[in-house]
Amino acid sequence: MAQEELQLHEGLEATCWELLQQVTDPEIPVISMVEMGMIHKVRVEADVVHVEVLPTFVGCPALEIMKRNITEKLVEAEGINQVQVAFVYDPAWTSDRIALDARDKLKSFGIAPPPLDFKPGDTWEVACPYCDSPYTQMENLFGPAACRSILYCRHCKNPFEALKPIY
Amino acid sequence: MGDRLHVETVEAAKQNPSFAKALTDLLFQLADDDFILAYRGSEWLGLAPHIEEDVAFSSMSQDMMGHAVMFYDMLEQLGVGKADDLAQLREAKAFSNAILVERKNGDGEYNDHPHYDWAYAIVRSYVYGLYKQVRLEALTQSSYAPLALVSRKMMTEHRYHLMHWQVWLKQLANSTADARQRLEAAIAKVWKDAGELPQLGPNQVDIVQFGLIAEEEELKQKWLTLTKDIFENAGLDWPGEPGVPQERGRHGEHTADLVQALATLSEVYRIDPAAGW
Repeated sequence: MAQEELQLHEGLEATCWELLQQVTDPEIPVISMVEMGMIHKVRVEADVVHVEVLPTFVGCPALEIMKRNITEKLVEAEGINQVQVAFVYDPAWTSDRIALDARDKLKSFGIAPPPLDFKPGDTWEVACPYCDSPYTQMENLFGPAACRSILYCRHCKNPFEALKPIY
Repeated sequence: MGDRLHVETVEAAKQNPSFAKALTDLLFQLADDDFILAYRGSEWLGLAPHIEEDVAFSSMSQDMMGHAVMFYDMLEQLGVGKADDLAQLREAKAFSNAILVERKNGDGEYNDHPHYDWAYAIVRSYVYGLYKQVRLEALTQSSYAPLALVSRKMMTEHRYHLMHWQVWLKQLANSTADARQRLEAAIAKVWKDAGELPQLGPNQVDIVQFGLIAEEEELKQKWLTLTKDIFENAGLDWPGEPGVPQERGRHGEHTADLVQALATLSEVYRIDPAAGW
């Protein structure tokens, strides 16, 4: 009996992960919260699913929207009646958690992905997401969302945004 | 380090009343500092020198407000009261922020001839930000695990604030004579209050003994060393030992400026505390 239950939970958890692939970042619709590396844990207990989410920024105003979107999506799963979303800070979200193949999706959306393996003291050099030119300039460290900066490409003359390295 | 106090959960914290009291006192200082300065930052909306700065200042104030929310939430979990009420319904004398963060942005009011002082905004934000950096670093070693975790996270955001203020400080320091003179006047004004920042208030002995944060003198020296470097780098004279204001903010003594800020920021909440936001 216990064995069957365990398998059922594992099956449900896998279903939840699949559904979560469809929950996109509210401000970057090309990338899912799973790809952003923000979903830390999914645990099913009876008909309740507990989801642990790592916020990118502590005061991000989109957190409540994410919570709602996750809840609305996961109740679609058969056997799930309740969704508990908790924001946790261990581990802390860092930009290296963004999936490698999602980085190209960010570029296609006009957002330069953060550099990989960024360390304190490193210089943040941003290539243009449109033409890959390194000939870019920072217009504003702070952009339309806390996690993004505004830049300008001197080569192809496009303004663009970049995700800040968080490390 | 083996016998060092380590409190993993809010339940464990509640089981030790003196620990919970010290933690509560410290959390109020952290929350109130960020909350009030974020409010002062929000008063710059639409008034900053250019539109990019409007975006930047708003973002930083939003981050800081987010940090305050985290600290008030931790107080709520400890059973002190509802986070929104703690922020918006307490009287000035219940606040333990440093006086520096409550000072008005300058002459006038937001809606009525706001002759705000931009140099003061930069110096205050930066000097507070440098202290906050030292404080967050110390908090990553806190005996209260949830506080240590959230501080580590806040540091990743806070470093961008410091980078931003760094640019402004350097530019004003090396710009026109007028800019330089205003900057120096702002430093003198900020410095009169700045010495209160590292103070831990009436319960400092317990706060330190429970391992919640490093002691005042250590925080102060680290902050001064960091600030000295920054000033030197920008070619600014070192203002010497920082002063402390007459009122002791950490002890609940405040200026009329805080009363004004609280009245304005809580006006809507007081009219209808049940309103959805």
